[in-house]
Parts: sequence; C-alpha cells; structure tokens
Amino acid sequence: MRLLIIEDDRESADYLAKAFREVGYVADLAGDGEEGLSLAETGDYDVLVVDRMLPKRDGLSLIGSLRDKGNRTPVLILSALGQVDDRIKGLRAGGDDYLPKPYAFAELLARVEVLSRRHGGPAEETTYRVGDLELDRLSHRVARGKDELTLQPREFRLLEYLMKHAGQVVTRTMLLENVWDYHFDPQTNVIDVHISRLRSKIDKGFERPLLHTIRGAGYMIRDGIR
Amino acid sequence: MTAFGKLIRTTAFRLTLVYLFLFALFAASLLGYFAWNTRRMITEQIATTVSAETGELSDIFTRRGLHGLVFNIENRALRPGANLYLVTTPTGQAIAGNVGSLAPGVMATTGWSETAYRRLDEQDSADHRALVHVSELGGGFRLLIGRDLEERRRLFGIVAKAAQWSVLIVVVLGLGGGIFVARRVLRRIDAMTGTTRRIMAGDLSGRLPVGRSGDELDRLAENLNAMLERIEALMMGLKEVSDNIAHDLKTPLTRLRNRAEEALAKSASEAEYRTALERTIEESDGLIRTFNALLMIARAESGQARGNMDDFDAAEVANGIHELYEPLAEDDGMTLRVKTASTPIHGNRELISQALANLVENAIKYGKPNPVVQPLNAAADAREILIEARREGDAVLLSVTDHGPGIPEADRKHAVERFVRLEASRTQPGSGLGLSLASAVATLHGGELRLADAHPGLTATLAIPAAAGVSDRLAAQTPDVPQKVA
Repeated sequence: MRLLIIEDDRESADYLAKAFREVGYVADLAGDGEEGLSLAETGDYDVLVVDRMLPKRDGLSLIGSLRDKGNRTPVLILSALGQVDDRIKGLRAGGDDYLPKPYAFAELLARVEVLSRRHGGPAEETTYRVGDLELDRLSHRVARGKDELTLQPREFRLLEYLMKHAGQVVTRTMLLENVWDYHFDPQTNVIDVHISRLRSKIDKGFERPLLHTIRGAGYMIRDGIR
Repeated sequence: MTAFGKLIRTTAFRLTLVYLFLFALFAASLLGYFAWNTRRMITEQIATTVSAETGELSDIFTRRGLHGLVFNIENRALRPGANLYLVTTPTGQAIAGNVGSLAPGVMATTGWSETAYRRLDEQDSADHRALVHVSELGGGFRLLIGRDLEERRRLFGIVAKAAQWSVLIVVVLGLGGGIFVARRVLRRIDAMTGTTRRIMAGDLSGRLPVGRSGDELDRLAENLNAMLERIEALMMGLKEVSDNIAHDLKTPLTRLRNRAEEALAKSASEAEYRTALERTIEESDGLIRTFNALLMIARAESGQARGNMDDFDAAEVANGIHELYEPLAEDDGMTLRVKTASTPIHGNRELISQALANLVENAIKYGKPNPVVQPLNAAADAREILIEARREGDAVLLSVTDHGPGIPEADRKHAVERFVRLEASRTQPGSGLGLSLASAVATLHGGELRLADAHPGLTATLAIPAAAGVSDRLAAQTPDVPQKVA
C-alpha cells in the first residue's frame, strides 16, 4: 500500500510517515503543494493525505488540478478548519474524506484504510458475509447461521456499514458521519450504546463474537482473530 | 497645526470663502450695473435739457438777432444753478455767457463733447467738467450750451463708496460668520475627535457628544454611538470568552501537565505509564472538544454559517435526534419520546441538529428526577424526556422537556452563558458550552433559546422564526401529515 503525505509541518509529516510505516504502509512525503502535485501525478499511490493549507499551492487547488487531469486517487484532506462548510468545500473540490485537526492517528488510519479499499476494492456486493453472519442489502434480511435477526432500520444501516468495511477499523466519528449523517461531536457515548444494542442482537448467544471493540480507535466486524 | 491653521482648513471655512467671493462678486456687479445705468440716465437727461435750450436760443437768435440772444443769455446765466452758456464771434471772441475758460478747440467743432471748464465768477477754483453742445448760429456766431457733470460725478462717487462699503461689510460679515461657523463645527468635531481618541486608546465606554439640534452632525454622532454600542458589546463578549477560555482551558491543561509530570516522576512499570498516557489522551480529547464547541459558537455568533442553509422539516431533525439518543437515554434509565408535526423550516440543518442534541444530552445528564422530592413510584412519568417539534404562530419550536430539578428562574439567563455550569451540575462531566451553542444557533437563525419551568423540570426550546415563503413551499409538498407520537 503506497501513501503520499503532503504536509508542510515537518514534524507532523515525519510522525505520520513513521506511524504509517509501522503499520506496513509505504509512505512518501511532500513538503509543499507543487512538490506534492508532481509526486501525486507521477507516483502510483493508493491514497493521498493532503493538508489543506500548504505553501506554493493550497490543498484544494492541488486536488482540483489532479481531478482535472483525470487522476482519481482517493484523497483525504487534513485541515485545521473543521467546520461543516469547510468540510463541504473540501469534498466539493474533489476530496474523498475530510478530517479536522487535531485528530487521533487511529482515526486517520481507519479512514485511509477505508479509502484505499474503496479505490481498489470490488464492486458493491448485494450480500455481505462475515463468518456465519449474512446481510442482504436488497431484501434487508439479516441472518446469523440459521437464525433470522430482526434489526431496526438504523441498526441495519449500522451493521451494513460495519460489514461493508469488515476487517477494517471503523471509528465512532465515521459511524456518526456515514450512518447518521451528523458531523458534530457528541459529548456523550451515544455510538457505543447503539453498538452495544447491535452487539446484543448479533453476538449474544453465539460462541464466536464478530463485533469487536478496538480500544482507542473504534469497532471492527470480523470473523475470529486475525 | 496651529489653531488658526486648523480653522482655515475646515470645510465650513472654505465654503464660507467661496460664498464670500460669490457674494462680493454679486454685490459688485449689482452696484456696477446700477452706477452705469444711473450715469447713462443722467447723461441722457443733460443732453435732453441742453438740446431743448439750444433749440430755444437758436430760435431767439433767429427772431430777435444777436442782441436778443445776448440779453437772454445774460439773464439765464444769472439764475442759480444755471447751465453753461457761451456765444462767440466768428473770430472766436466771447461776447456773452458765464464761461471763463474752456479746453482749447472745443468751440472749433460743433456737436457734443466733454470738456474741462471754469466759470467766470470762480477764478481760483479747480477745473470742472461739463457736457457741452456747440452749435453754429447764422453769420459765423457759435453758441455753446453745457451742463456741469459734478452731479454725475458725485452720484458715481456715492455709488463707488457704497460699493466699497458693501464689499467691506460682506467680507467682514462673511469672514466673521465663516469663522464662527467653522469654529462651532470645529469645536464639535474636536470633541468627537477627542472621544474617538479616547476610544482608540481603549476606553470603549466613551460616547460622542450629541447636540439637541438634530442636525447632520448629531445624526452622524448618534449613528457612530450606536456602532460603538455594538462594538463594545462584541468586545465585552470577546473579553468574556477569552477570560473564560483562559480559565476553563487552563484548568484541564494544568491537570494534563501535572499528570504527565507525575507519571514521569513516579511511574515504575510500563502499565502505569500506559495508564497515565491514556488519561492524557482522554484529557486532550476533552480539550479538543471544548475548542471545537467554542469555534462553533463563535462561527454561529458571527453569522458565518449563514451560507449553508436550506429547507427541511424540523420534525425530521427531532426524529433523527430521538433515534440517535433513545438507546443512550434508556441505558441511563430515562425514556426519550418524540412528538412531531411536520414543521418546515429554513436553516442550517447540521447546526440545528447539534443544538437539539445538546439539549437532549443536557436533559439526559441533568433531567433525572430528584428522589427526595418525588417518590420513586411516580418515576415512570418523571423519567420521561420529550422532544417536540411544532409550529406556533410564526415560530418553529423545537423543545426538550425533562422532569428533573429544572433551573431556578434566577439562574436561567446565566445558564446560557459560555462555560457556566450551575452549581448542581458541577459534578457532571461536560464543557458547559451546550446551552451556549444552542443559544448561538437559535440567534443565528434569528430566534432564541427559551428556558421555562416544566413543573417540575425544564423545558428548553429553540424558537426559530419560520420564513413564510419557505414554509408554504414545503407545506405544499407534505399536505396534512398527521401528528405522530413515537
């Protein structure tokens, strides 16, 4: 997995590169917008992590320029501007995801993994399977083994999102954004409660739990221990 | 700059100078016209008199001869204020009249001319000027009749003097008036400048002096004062925020630092380090949340989020928030219910959702019934939190009602302020920004956050004016949606 980090703050960039390398990524660095653009155009990257405010050429114009040339590499925008309209501006400019600073590395990693999978991954399937858990996106049926499970509509969408990214860490913020479409930060653990309800429906009474809590990061659905 | 220099640089003074010039020009041309016309009139009058007399005397000469003429002229010359008369022989010798001397060559040409002259009876005095008419009588005799121009000269002198005086008076009055007006304006402007200087130096409580005349300067001063009022309010708000930030962010930062220090000094095992680091991260996340909330409030208050508004149904927002928080409330032993009627609204959906979410979080956190006051068997109703979306008159109301201890009336206004955590809530986690954000969001939409007694408990309501055009448009799409109670 090749990653290009375009970030002008040397220390953050080095920290990110080191952290990504530790989890097995190949991470290249660019210190300004121009260098970032030329590297992004020539190198074959799976995901670009772009700081919004860059010297020489700002992040949004860099993305716009890449998209104009037909480069569809997924881009995650990092920005100190974390408000809803900044986010919308970033996504309109061609970004695929937007993460306001400061962020937890676990959050960034989870989002980058989802982005890289989206890029190279298979076409959307109609049925998701994790272990003996099966979710049919068309008929909205969920079954574990032989048992049919009854889920509330929101629980269904929560599970659908988790299963779509099976084997990947999904953070609370990602769930709030993608399942509920809220971009604010609740002061309480609302998501945890929803997860624990979902867990009680899909895992309770089964020998092997599928929905795992990843400490300090979020949740993951997967079959057994990786 | 000297005081005088300042004075003559004022707009009022410069305008005065321009007007002064124009008025002086006007007065001068008026008087000039008058003088010129008078002079012409006098000249014409003299000419008429002289012509008539010339006719008369020529007639006498024709009928009674030279002798008769001389006699007649001598008679006429004796009258007081008489005209000038002179009869000369063909050789140029004077034979009758009252003229002592004339400018040379006057008698040589017939017709009108102006000349200096001297009367016979006033040898010493200076020359006078006269308008004379010389005519040819029969036999080479010539007759001169003329009129002194002194009158004309005097009149002209009077006019000239009047012109001098009037111009002088115009200039003096004009300059005086100009200086008076300029000084008056200058004094007021100086007072304003002084106040603005004080304000610039940091004393925001200063206000410009406003006179009673209600003139343009007063209106300007009033407007500037209104502007200062607003700036002062904003500055006060800013100062309050920064004070609060300093206090409420420094406390957790100090805690953070202390923990890190303690961990560094005392931790023996990796597990202890790990725990300390985890708590550090937790604490910083809390700080980041507080920062985000503050930024959000600042943006809502400055009106920056106005660009992101669209039309939607407030009922959807209420249902969405209910759906999100229902499990959390249940885990906390509360019941979260929602009661909505389709209520179209124009606004920033994200912000309104967040404001409502804050109200619900508050209700879950602080809305638990007080077991001392309310017996536990009445708990079923008391543990209920109701989210409502409805329209009342021109306002869309999004309210959250709990049956907890509520907020005493005296504290309600206070509760909305940033970082205020009422005594009762000090023990609960939270940034103290929830209500402020809700209030800022309501204000951004032109509405307000109302806190009311729910007997017992608290009803927090986001009251947002419904934009008429928008609501009609949306209402048409969703006709007669029955009330649903979840």
